[in-house]
Amino acid sequence: MRITCPHCGPRDLIEFTVLGEARTRPAVAVEDLDSPAAVDAFAAYVYDRANPAGIHREHWFHGFGCQTWLVVTRDTLNHAVLAVADVREERP
Amino acid sequence: MSGFRLARGGLIDRSRPLSFRFDGRSLSGFAGDTLASALIANGVSTVGRSFKLHRPRGILGAGAEEPNALVELRSGDRREPNVKATVAELYDGLDASSQNRWPSLRFDLLAVNGLLKPVFAAGFYYKTFMWPAAFWEKVYEPLIRRAAGLGRASGLPDPDRYERVFAACDLLVVGGGPAGLMATLTAGRAGADVILVDEDHRPGGRLLADGVSAGGMDGPALAAQLVGEIRSLPNVRVLSRTTAAAAFDHGTFIAVERVADHLPLPQPEMPRQRVWEIVAERTVLATGASERPLVFADNDRPGVMLAGGVSQYVNRHAVSPGRRVVVATATDAGWATARDLVRAGVNVAAVVDARGSAPRGFEDVAAEVAVFPAARVDRTLGRGKVEAVAIAQAGGTVEVPADLVAVSGGFNPAIQLISHFGVRPTWEPAIGGFVIGGPVHGIHPAGAAAGRYDLAACLADGARAAVAALSEIGRTAAMPDLPSIEPGPHAAGTAFWKPGTLRPGRAFVDLQHDVTAADVDLAHREGYVSVEHLKRYTTLGMATDQGRTSNVDGLAIMAALRGLPIADAGVTLSRPPVVPLSIGAVAGARTGHHFRPTRLTPIHAWAEEQGAVFVDTGQWKRPQYFPRPGETSWLDTVNREVMAVRSGVGVTDVSTLGKIEIHGPDAAAFLDRVYANRPSRIPVGRSRYALMLREDGFVMDDGTVARFAEDRFAASVSTAHAAAVWRHMLFCQQVLWPDLDVSLAAVTDVWAQFAIAGPKSARVVAALVDDGDPVSRESFGPMTARELTVCGGISARLAAVSFSGERAFELAVPASAGDAVVRRIMRAGDEHGIVAYGTEAMAVMRIEKGHPAGAELNGQTTAHDLGFAKMLARDKDHVGRVLSQRPALNDPARPRLVGLKPVDPSTPLKGGAHVLPAGAAATADNDQGWVTSSAYSPTLASHIALALVTRGPERHGEVVQVWDGIRGSVVQATIAAPCHLDPEGERLHAG
Ligand SMILES: [Zn+2]
Repeated sequence: MRITCPHCGPRDLIEFTVLGEARTRPAVAVEDLDSPAAVDAFAAYVYDRANPAGIHREHWFHGFGCQTWLVVTRDTLNHAVLAVADVREERP
Repeated sequence: MSGFRLARGGLIDRSRPLSFRFDGRSLSGFAGDTLASALIANGVSTVGRSFKLHRPRGILGAGAEEPNALVELRSGDRREPNVKATVAELYDGLDASSQNRWPSLRFDLLAVNGLLKPVFAAGFYYKTFMWPAAFWEKVYEPLIRRAAGLGRASGLPDPDRYERVFAACDLLVVGGGPAGLMATLTAGRAGADVILVDEDHRPGGRLLADGVSAGGMDGPALAAQLVGEIRSLPNVRVLSRTTAAAAFDHGTFIAVERVADHLPLPQPEMPRQRVWEIVAERTVLATGASERPLVFADNDRPGVMLAGGVSQYVNRHAVSPGRRVVVATATDAGWATARDLVRAGVNVAAVVDARGSAPRGFEDVAAEVAVFPAARVDRTLGRGKVEAVAIAQAGGTVEVPADLVAVSGGFNPAIQLISHFGVRPTWEPAIGGFVIGGPVHGIHPAGAAAGRYDLAACLADGARAAVAALSEIGRTAAMPDLPSIEPGPHAAGTAFWKPGTLRPGRAFVDLQHDVTAADVDLAHREGYVSVEHLKRYTTLGMATDQGRTSNVDGLAIMAALRGLPIADAGVTLSRPPVVPLSIGAVAGARTGHHFRPTRLTPIHAWAEEQGAVFVDTGQWKRPQYFPRPGETSWLDTVNREVMAVRSGVGVTDVSTLGKIEIHGPDAAAFLDRVYANRPSRIPVGRSRYALMLREDGFVMDDGTVARFAEDRFAASVSTAHAAAVWRHMLFCQQVLWPDLDVSLAAVTDVWAQFAIAGPKSARVVAALVDDGDPVSRESFGPMTARELTVCGGISARLAAVSFSGERAFELAVPASAGDAVVRRIMRAGDEHGIVAYGTEAMAVMRIEKGHPAGAELNGQTTAHDLGFAKMLARDKDHVGRVLSQRPALNDPARPRLVGLKPVDPSTPLKGGAHVLPAGAAATADNDQGWVTSSAYSPTLASHIALALVTRGPERHGEVVQVWDGIRGSVVQATIAAPCHLDPEGERLHAG
């Protein structure tokens, strides 16, 4: 498998570490951090995974390259890599 | 079968005779022989015994599909089992033995297994496991281990070298036959980067084996012409003796090159094998096709051989595997073999064609041999080898004397590599085989691999596939002029075993796993009718040949039994690798200390001079202790080192600690979000203990953070977690809070770092610091951190940080200065009796002080468990902030950190031992925690430990049992605070 890093070009899988689904950390006001809603939101953020058969947005780290976190959009059915972006550039 | 060397012809070098040994017999062959062709030339017919039934077996084919002729090659530490004699190149001095026979090939006592056939029938493995266990262990397993082995591994370290290399190309061509050569030439002429891998040592494939002619040339001449031009192209790389073994996503292939397998010994510095990882934009799969045997009674008798193999032996190796031959065929290829034999002067007794009549184009052959149309071979007869063939046709059965049966039951395109993607082939009735219709995953099947068996079609198809593959990546290639060839007869039919024709004797489907048509029939009767069940129940196709010669026959029989067309019965997939890979090739150079990198700290050489014993900590080598003459055990050494630090001063290497710089206007805000406490409140010139959580609220790591300027911090993280914390911090910076203006740098290897600890440490440090910078209690108290210079202008960072509980400093200097500075430290400390100490003494002192480390920061503990709950800042968001407050993570009943002291101080407490209430039985229900770290404390003259114990902090003073079921001990111990020594921290302020 190869991932085309936006900074380094096409690179072999062994250079990367996958974290999992690219999710967005809940934004909670400081005064609400102990609210049940905050706990629910963080629990969903940490534990709930969509695990789709199909298109999946994932966080990957190019540790043996440019040290950049990437958003890799992949099809889990055929392993096709559809898009790769620096996480700071990419907005879903 | 009684093979012999033909007087003329072949691609062998008769001026280079080679001697070799088989089962101790001295034999000879020629350069250009395989072991199989040389054995045939010497009249050897039986080369092994079968896997389960120990029936004598001969050579079935002439290529990589061979299920029978597996031998052990070489001896001693280079002995290699299961080598296919059909692809092993002969070299002078080659030493091979037959396998799976005991005590000898001719008298195999275990051939009695043949009489135990019901025991080894389909489903044998599953049925046998249901017998009483003792029967299995005492009787069957030993018997099966002896009986059902393949070859023997050497059992010794492999003396040879292996390599792994990477390559990339526009077009990978797999297979150097006519289609592959033409694809390579077409793409090579177009300027594409091409890699051609071919498993043979000489490219050409069937051009070298079949009696073809093209444009006035014979096959070898055409191959030589094509290869000559290919080798002249600088953009084409030809890898011979190389098999593409596996295909992976995005055009990645693993191929193994047998660099030195054809030599008696690898030359110096030469790897024995080399694994290629090839990334190809596009691939042409020109892997050819394997011929199918025919299933009839006693079809495993030595002397039954694939027709294509016979042609190869005759045309390429100039040996005839028999003197009187019956050709049994369902294809025109069988007739071509008959023609090859007739031309070579070998007596062909009969051609038996399952089809109605002799095909057109072979009138010359039909004129010279007896032809049995619409007939089949019923069985072979003979003792130990084929002596006659019973031919069944409408009028009855006739017996024809023969010593060789050349069989051709159709062809299976070699599409294993595409199968690795889970792509199922479809049945193509016109060619009687399974094919992949078009390009899949960038792989274009061509030639025989695409079901095209005629030479003209193969050449054209290879060129067409290359043009199509290159056009997909935006490159243009021109169709080459093709040699003028009369389209030849190439009809490939099928002739599968028909239910209801079972005769006495065994009709084998899978020769390597001894699976018969009757086994398939039994599986059908017992309900294992799906092809996947058939495969697993009978082990059909599960041997090292992956069923290349057997799978399609097996599923065709099952389809017939079920009354289904083959297309509807299903087909199994194959997994990588296509051919067995040696473990050495997979490991490559990563053996012994090359298994992973070794990281040495900047003062490793100094520690070696001091006689340090090193310990592996991840990739690092760290000094574990520094033994001195007269010390009889490591414990003597460690006790001395601890007491020296506690009473004077010691120095240790802490360069392996992870070091991360955090710089920028938002550095403080960033650290407040990464850490659970508040690094933003650290004043410039100070450092502080810092705790890092994961988002799920559990502890990730701990360490210190020092602030050198308003916008500049240095974090120290544990050695074990350094890489993970770095990755995590970048995640926080880039993913979670990209709006913060902060830069990070990983500087672990930039600094050499020492801990100088003990009541006299300040005096040593004061002697190092330039310009009389004072390090007194007042000017440089605990948690002070400053950038300064030492030893005459060496830039340094000095922090009054203690892990030992003593007055202590951590001094960091540029890595290049580390060696010089540690020597200066030792000189400065000489008058104070300084000692070097290692990780063991460090661990003893941290357990004495109750500081959690690796065994306590195990990813399952919370701040609450470790007694750090008060450090959690609740008035800000940080990683883990919300979920760390969940009630279950703060439950007092969780195992929490405590100290343990044995009631008898001389009794050791052992890591991993369980904590049980006094008097309670050792049951899982009574388990209340475990010992995480233990040590002997010379300071306290007692064994001590840290433990995680249910409601631990509420139970100080309680006596519990420490139960070690593995090492068999029960120790009474008292629960205490984690800190065993100086709980008020007075020692920190000494000196
Ligand atoms: Zn990169």
